[in-house]
Amino acid sequence: MSTSQMVMYDEEFQEINEVIGRLLKDSNSKVIFLVDKNGQLISGVGETERFDTTSLASLTAGNIAATGGLAKLIGEKEFSILFHEGEKDNLHISIVSGRVILVVLFDNRSSLGLVRLRVKKSSEELSGIFEKLMRKSDEQAKSGSTSFPFAEITDDDIDNLFS
Amino acid sequence: MSFINYASREINCKIVYYGPGLCGKTTNLQHIYSKTAPEAKGKMISLATETERTLFFDFLPLALGEIRGFKTRFHLYTVPGQVFYDASRKLILKGVDGIVFVADSQEERMDANIESLDNLRHNLKEQGYDLDKLPYVIQYNKRDLPSVIPVETLRKDLNPTAAPDFEACASTGEGVFETLKAIAKLILVDLKKGR
Repeated sequence: MSTSQMVMYDEEFQEINEVIGRLLKDSNSKVIFLVDKNGQLISGVGETERFDTTSLASLTAGNIAATGGLAKLIGEKEFSILFHEGEKDNLHISIVSGRVILVVLFDNRSSLGLVRLRVKKSSEELSGIFEKLMRKSDEQAKSGSTSFPFAEITDDDIDNLFS
Repeated sequence: MSFINYASREINCKIVYYGPGLCGKTTNLQHIYSKTAPEAKGKMISLATETERTLFFDFLPLALGEIRGFKTRFHLYTVPGQVFYDASRKLILKGVDGIVFVADSQEERMDANIESLDNLRHNLKEQGYDLDKLPYVIQYNKRDLPSVIPVETLRKDLNPTAAPDFEACASTGEGVFETLKAIAKLILVDLKKGR
């Protein structure tokens, strides 16, 4: 397989939520999401219930993938920041650690400058957490840890899903 | 690549429907969407042209229920089938956990099937995947049309590795859930083996 599997543990999940929770306040934004480059939502803070977070995650990843394709065509590695300006709400999208996407939704109570500044600081913190997370899941995979929930599933468990 | 979240006890997997243009990939997703209980599905997103040809992808999130206390979610994607959208197809294959190849059973689409299947293998290889090692099923769609090729012939030409295959008519829904169930099962079995 080309990339390692993404695994999230309680400890790092809380650390991540603290960082993006702080970013939400510091940047005066409405919602913040973290999305895996494959389109899976990792976490979200703020007014998340107002949005279809699953769709948002998938479209953001599609967006990043498409602009990444554009970047390669013109000889760039990637476009690490995207900004979408709307009438009321704006989206600031950036890539953290090369594999996670940070999405900040904000309106005129904040500004692009403030969001950029705060995102930069939080990205460094998030990078550290994700690097730790990758090391941890690699170690767990190597040690053959048995905490993996699917190691003991039976055919019946799977069939029950479709009953 | 599946995403396992121990904090929220969720497992997310990505299924991609691949195949030549107009073979019925979007129709498969539309049928699944229309027949799934509201609490088990999210919104279906179609990034399509004005003439309803898929431009980038269709996306349908499904929550199948719990296994051992973990919520099991499948994210279904289609690729644009038309030949010139190859760059988009490559992007959608990123992080795939399982593939459904939807073949058009009509005689005049046989070349398109073969070309699309070659394209699938090629694009997967470019990303470091091997189709023979991924969870993979084939669906022979449009079995209701008059000019269809016998399944044995389709099997010989499109399924030399004897992957699980299904006859379908996506517009009426026949075979659609059988196909989905088969690929979901293969992915879960693969996840189980993976550790």
